[in-house]
Amino acid sequence: MSAEATYPKDHFLSGGWDLKSWLLTKDHKRIGILYLLSISAMFVLGGLYAGLIRWNLLVPDGTHMSADTYNKTFTAHGVIMVFFFLIPSIPAVLGNFLIPLMIGAKDLAFPKLNLLSWYLYMLGGGITLYALLVGGLETGWTFYTPYSTVFAQSNVEIAAVGIFVAGFSSILTGLNFIVTIHKMRAPGMTWFRMPLFVWAHYATAIIQVLGTPVIAITILLVALERIFHFGFFDPARGGDPILFQHLFWFYSHPAVYIMILPSMGVISELITCFSRKRVFGYSFIAMSSLAIAAIGFLVWAHHMFVSGMAVYSAMVFSALTYLVAIPSAIKTFNWVATLYKGSISWDTPMIYVFCFLGLFLIGGLTGLFLGNLGTDVHLTDTYFVVAHFHYIMVGGAIMGYLGAIHFWWPKITGRKYSEAWGRLSAVLIFVGFNLTFFPQFVLGYLGMPRRYHVYPDEFQVLNVLSTAGATVLGFGYLFPSFYLVYSLFRGEPAGANPWGAKGLEWTTTSPPPTENFHEVPVVTEEPYDYARAPKEAAVV
Amino acid sequence: MNPSMPLVPERASSFAGEVDALFFFIVAVTVFFTVAVSIAAVYFAVKYRRRSDADRPAEIHGSLLLELTWTLIPLGIVVVMFVWGAKVFFHMNRPPDDAMTVSVVGKRWMWKLQHPTGQREINELHVPLGRAVKLVITSEDTIHSFFVPAFRIKKDAVPGRYNVAWFRATKTGTFHLFCAEYCGTEHSKMIGRVVVLEPEAYQTWLAGGPPPESPVVAGEKLFTELNCVTCHRPDSAGRGPLLEGIFGRPVKLASGDTVVADEAYVRESIVNPAARVVAGYQPVMPTYLGQVSEEQLISLVAYIQSLQVPTEATR
Repeated sequence: MSAEATYPKDHFLSGGWDLKSWLLTKDHKRIGILYLLSISAMFVLGGLYAGLIRWNLLVPDGTHMSADTYNKTFTAHGVIMVFFFLIPSIPAVLGNFLIPLMIGAKDLAFPKLNLLSWYLYMLGGGITLYALLVGGLETGWTFYTPYSTVFAQSNVEIAAVGIFVAGFSSILTGLNFIVTIHKMRAPGMTWFRMPLFVWAHYATAIIQVLGTPVIAITILLVALERIFHFGFFDPARGGDPILFQHLFWFYSHPAVYIMILPSMGVISELITCFSRKRVFGYSFIAMSSLAIAAIGFLVWAHHMFVSGMAVYSAMVFSALTYLVAIPSAIKTFNWVATLYKGSISWDTPMIYVFCFLGLFLIGGLTGLFLGNLGTDVHLTDTYFVVAHFHYIMVGGAIMGYLGAIHFWWPKITGRKYSEAWGRLSAVLIFVGFNLTFFPQFVLGYLGMPRRYHVYPDEFQVLNVLSTAGATVLGFGYLFPSFYLVYSLFRGEPAGANPWGAKGLEWTTTSPPPTENFHEVPVVTEEPYDYARAPKEAAVV
Repeated sequence: MNPSMPLVPERASSFAGEVDALFFFIVAVTVFFTVAVSIAAVYFAVKYRRRSDADRPAEIHGSLLLELTWTLIPLGIVVVMFVWGAKVFFHMNRPPDDAMTVSVVGKRWMWKLQHPTGQREINELHVPLGRAVKLVITSEDTIHSFFVPAFRIKKDAVPGRYNVAWFRATKTGTFHLFCAEYCGTEHSKMIGRVVVLEPEAYQTWLAGGPPPESPVVAGEKLFTELNCVTCHRPDSAGRGPLLEGIFGRPVKLASGDTVVADEAYVRESIVNPAARVVAGYQPVMPTYLGQVSEEQLISLVAYIQSLQVPTEATR
């Protein structure tokens, strides 16, 4: 770390700020920033819908909005957050920005395809937003048949096309990552010298490429059944509504791993940097990502234990679900073991790591109740499930995302943000999150079904607590947007390596130059070799 | 606002205790691991906090022994959880033979229920204490889910299918009945109650109201009205198979497979006769899909279930 960090004159944004430099860019870093802006907008919108849901549930009798409005609200919240925020979040923003830097490449393997991915995301997002905002959609993000194909009176076809198009964005990003990781690694960057962030994205990309086509076809079948009255899923025409659930969850369960695996990759990077110590059990963490990707494809029917499936099939899916819990446990234990005898600093990204650990523990372990055949019958389709998947997808994935944003912000922008505000927001988010979602575990166990516009009076106390928590959480999420934007104008120059981190991305300037490295880096070290002080980057 | 806030739902069926024992076992395991891992993380984070920027901690690469420990111990624990859960689930899916059958039809946005003696109810189900009640559940439109939290049971009502659930109430009183699968505008108002009565009170309740027509009688009438008898003739001269005594028995199919003639198979043979034709018969029966309602189907199934093989004495 240099005492006086300076801001480089030549970096990937110094080439210009005009519209053309953004809309026709092939630079993975600029595309990452395009994604950052787009998904942030989606997050704000999805968050507003979440606020409306909590506002409605403040009272048991549904007087705050009509039933149809409420149904459209939770559908919009789910569709936006799942397809347009959580799935692209870490891969499309940080994966895009960082993978070439981390493996010492100039760009992704297919820069034009990368830009096309962003355009497909915007097109799919635009079409879907039109469906949600003009007229609305009330099928729930799960599009269960025959409700979606026969009974829904809303923009199902338009939303289906939007999600179909956005799916290709995800597939192309995954494909780009796989090829890049295989073919573009710098000399000496062997597979087992790759950062765990890259391993996690490799596993994620496999799921994106193999899983997304299934949801794309399934959602298209829903649209075709509506338009041409085919009998794929409608029992009145000889179809099978349960078939839809199998196809839908065949993608949508692995999709949870698309959200959480990159976040796990982030945690591995952060915990080793702020412990200043080699990560414990590198190969176990790397391989557990692949194990999750593989086994994750075999557990989908645990969403359907009460649909009337055969008892013995249910047992197979329950057993496989328990198996997929093991690699996550392995990762968690290895992260904690990394802290042992480390040199731990409590910088903002590390606070996010601790918040992630707490929330992911609760989220992951409550999955044991839902993978369990005996308890799932009572808990499925209640608020217990809502709480569980928010702990994973918001607690786990977004904590990882925010941790990553705070860790690599100085690299991306070349500026430092306020540590005090950073830590305060992390704590606020952690407290707000738990206050919002912990009561929902109790609500679910007591029997409150999900997607209820009105509910019995005895559930109100816990719902009021949850809404109070959501208010705190909302403020917690607002703060970073202020101090991060402020840092762009007033932040101190960060220097190439403000955290004293290992990894190739820290050996180039912040922000990095357009070509990432002035010379092709040659890797001679094992990953996370913190026993040796990091090399100084040449400041240009 | 309701000031009383219970943290455990009422336990009013024989499953409630079974499910809760398992639930609290998993709670104990999860609390143990959450606390243990959190304490370890916080303890390390405080104990090994960075004291000087020159700190260079020693390298620790990993430990195969530790990896094996924290793989195998959780694996052992989840095996126990899985087996326990599978046992409870198996029990939930195997109604006892002496159970009384209540048919459940979900329809946007109400529950229509019928007792074996014919009484119909909407959004309300009266059951006797201590008696096993088997629910045969289906839907007239989209998917619903029959959920009684106090009984710890839930089963989807899927159009075109008969799903089975059962319970044995252990406590008199009134309990929530919810629809747990999103089904449109009034989903959250598709609720009702289950009233558990002492067996005598249940008999009194059954005796009240107009004399009902049992599903068997209703089914017999339909069987005649729909002209089923022209083919399924009791003298075995018809074009369709004899129905006497087939219920619950294995049936040989034209495809060579064998199927047990349960509620689902009988229903399917009415609405989609060509799907699984009995060996020795031609697929000539027309479909009755759309011509008979789910409730009429249930009556027809009940009638066919009631048909016994005539003995020599009655012949």
